[in-house]
Amino acid sequence: MSAAGGAPCFHCGEPIPRGLDLHARIAGRDEPVCCHGCKAVAEFITGAGLGDYYRYRDTSSTRADEPPRPDRWAAYDRPELVERLTRPEPNGARSITVLLEGLRCAACSWLADKALSLQSGVLDVSVNPATARARLVWDPAKVRLGDLLRVLEHVGLRPHPLAGEHSEQVALLERRSALKRLAVAGFGNMQVMMFAVPLYFGDAQGMDPAMREYMRLVSMLVSIPVALYSGWPFYQGAWHALRARSISMDVPVSIGIVLAFVASVWNALTGQGEVYFDSVTMFVFFLGLGRYVEMIARHRAGSVADALARLAPATARRVKAGIAEDVQAVELAVGDELVVPSGEVLAADGLVIEGEGRVDESMLTGESAAVPKPPGTRVHQGTHNLGAPLRVRVTAVAGDTVLSGIVALLERAQAERPRLARAADRAAAWFLSRILVGAALVFAVWWYVDPARAFSATLAVLVVTCPCALSLATPTALAAATAALARRGILVAHTDAIETLSKATHVLWDKTGTLTRGLVRVEDVRSLGEVDSSRAMTWAAALEQMSEHPIARAFAASARPHAMASEVTVHAGQGLEGSVDGRLLRIGTRRFAKGLRTGGSTGDREPLPAADADSGESWVYLGDATGLLAAFRLTDPLRAEARDCVTRLAALGLPSEIVSGDEASAVARIAARCGIGLHSARLAPADKLGRLKALQADGAVVVAVGDGINDAPLLRGADVAIAMGRGSALAQTSADLILVRDSLEDLPRTIDLARRTQRVIRQNLTWSILYNLAALPLAALGYVPPWLAAIGMSLSSVVVVLNAMRLSRGSAQKRRPEWPVRPQVETA
Amino acid sequence: MEILYVMIPLGLVLVGFGLWAFFWATGDGQFDDLDSPGWSVLDDDRPPAATRGDPDPPSSEQSK
Repeated sequence: MSAAGGAPCFHCGEPIPRGLDLHARIAGRDEPVCCHGCKAVAEFITGAGLGDYYRYRDTSSTRADEPPRPDRWAAYDRPELVERLTRPEPNGARSITVLLEGLRCAACSWLADKALSLQSGVLDVSVNPATARARLVWDPAKVRLGDLLRVLEHVGLRPHPLAGEHSEQVALLERRSALKRLAVAGFGNMQVMMFAVPLYFGDAQGMDPAMREYMRLVSMLVSIPVALYSGWPFYQGAWHALRARSISMDVPVSIGIVLAFVASVWNALTGQGEVYFDSVTMFVFFLGLGRYVEMIARHRAGSVADALARLAPATARRVKAGIAEDVQAVELAVGDELVVPSGEVLAADGLVIEGEGRVDESMLTGESAAVPKPPGTRVHQGTHNLGAPLRVRVTAVAGDTVLSGIVALLERAQAERPRLARAADRAAAWFLSRILVGAALVFAVWWYVDPARAFSATLAVLVVTCPCALSLATPTALAAATAALARRGILVAHTDAIETLSKATHVLWDKTGTLTRGLVRVEDVRSLGEVDSSRAMTWAAALEQMSEHPIARAFAASARPHAMASEVTVHAGQGLEGSVDGRLLRIGTRRFAKGLRTGGSTGDREPLPAADADSGESWVYLGDATGLLAAFRLTDPLRAEARDCVTRLAALGLPSEIVSGDEASAVARIAARCGIGLHSARLAPADKLGRLKALQADGAVVVAVGDGINDAPLLRGADVAIAMGRGSALAQTSADLILVRDSLEDLPRTIDLARRTQRVIRQNLTWSILYNLAALPLAALGYVPPWLAAIGMSLSSVVVVLNAMRLSRGSAQKRRPEWPVRPQVETA
Repeated sequence: MEILYVMIPLGLVLVGFGLWAFFWATGDGQFDDLDSPGWSVLDDDRPPAATRGDPDPPSSEQSK
């Protein structure tokens, strides 16, 4: 039962800091938890009768970090504001769409659904785990929106109310339309295959010509909607690419479909030659299936608009003529005065005019220590005020803020899209050059031999090689690889990234949140006096509760004070002093904490080592009149798997490099611990992009791994972008791959899989083309009887599919038992 | 084999019907979320009043 046994946190599955003895009371048992946030969430979930969640879920939950803060949603308790943010429904009800951060699996959505449905006044809840969105309909007379958002936060899901529903609606319609096109292709393909079998065997054993004619015409009839309706997105894509004077994958695909279809229709109508309706429909179906899966992943990763909704708050508190009122963020104008209470996120850029806050700017700079903001300094939209309330005069809104600037940079990097264009170019050029050269040769030879048959023979070559090679060789391999990765918790948003990943030569890492966990935590508690460590922890937390320093958040996450501190005084740069349980205590630097022993003031100006606690590790001491009581080790811990991951990547021939916005010393320390030689620090997002461009100019194919807003442009510019599952939404929208489990463990295997995928694609293409090139002339010269051609054709496809399926073999998900084994024994 | 001249069009009518049903279901949102409704059958329908504030719900053990 004790945390010392190394049992992971009951709620989030993360390791429990050593020396911490914190339990949540679940179903009559004490389960170990890693922090008070998790404890609160776990107890709320089981307390509300939703304990089944822990049995249903198939990934561990997001770490809660801090206990829920009910005051965060105060703005959503005001009816007039809610009215502006939400949509009216019949009978006076209102509805809103909420983005749920931390929604990872179907069990999470079940949890959100149940927790909300239990509230009176909630009329309808629909949670979509695929898009991490919930639509709420409630009766404002019975329940406040703020309360519903608090419930969501209590179960460990962070809600982000979305003011507009436009992009979501567009995405939904896009998904439905793609599904319909896929269904037409699937049904059509099945039918055409059914007619193809008698046609093949009819060729072999003889068939009534009228029946043969009939079958071919029926196949044509069924193929028309497949080619026109299901294939339409490919023609559109090809047209857009050609108009932009580039070649995308859609171009050869469209050429293949159109050629095979037109030739088959011509042959079916004139009653001569071969028909390829089965190939056409199968081609459209498999490609459509691949596109559909890819689209779902992309929608899940979200759009830039979503990301902004998560970062910048929808509301702000404006002061006008001495009266504070809540307004929508879009109504703000330059010159307005805002009040930003402690714990709230800024809605606009501005100048501090009153108050002395500490602002967490990590999302812009990557630096996780809060920055003090005295009057006269600039603060930015999307940053988090951790200190005292600020009064801010707005200097920039909407499109002019620093955050919008980063988003704009992002959009520009996206517009350039170096990797996508290049990847598609290569693939298209590879296919097209070989197939066109082959077709040209055939045409030349036949022109020489028999000009009358040159055209049909050339067409036959194009038709048979194009769809067979393209329809099965590449999509099946990519689909198998995507599925295998998804089982390991890696979401593929752009499947062509798999190809690029196999050719990667360098890895660029962000530090905070990628190589490290991105959170200052109390890693270790050591008792130095007669007081045990959990007691010391409680006291320390009670003292730190009075502080707004980032360290204090580490304590707040690890323990909830059962004791209250009184007469707390802050000794700047040294620590805190106050009494808890009638005992005068000090927490801070070693010398400061020791200072109570002699009773005198130390007058020591030594800086608090905790000031850079985020950058590596540091010690904080607790002392009283008897001397030092305990020492706390604070770290932004390096991910356990980081070093191993870097080593394995190096073994695969991918050197690593750190590009960080953080301090040089911190970066150097992490680099040394991961075994990374190259690192640069204090880089702005544009500098990171510059470093990337320099590498790419030398011909490197760069993989970028990041999690923050400040990494987004880097990710967009990289050949392959990988985002952490717990990273910011903006980073995820820029990513090709998302590590949903927030672990680097699978990264080397992903690269290995990408390389194997590429090998399989090449094998498949070689096989298909060789088979077709060998079979076609033989068949044309009459050496292959039709029945053999039919069997050969099917076998050829089966070989390709089986070869692709090798990729998904042996990658079954390692499943950790989520619900401890013990309950079964005890309930017996 | 002349029966095929009747059976195949009949089959196509059935396919058309299936597609129509699929289109209807897609438009109705039946395919928007394929995961979470599956969990709903595992739910014990308990009155909300009895569940809230009950720290040790019997179901979490009995349904094991």
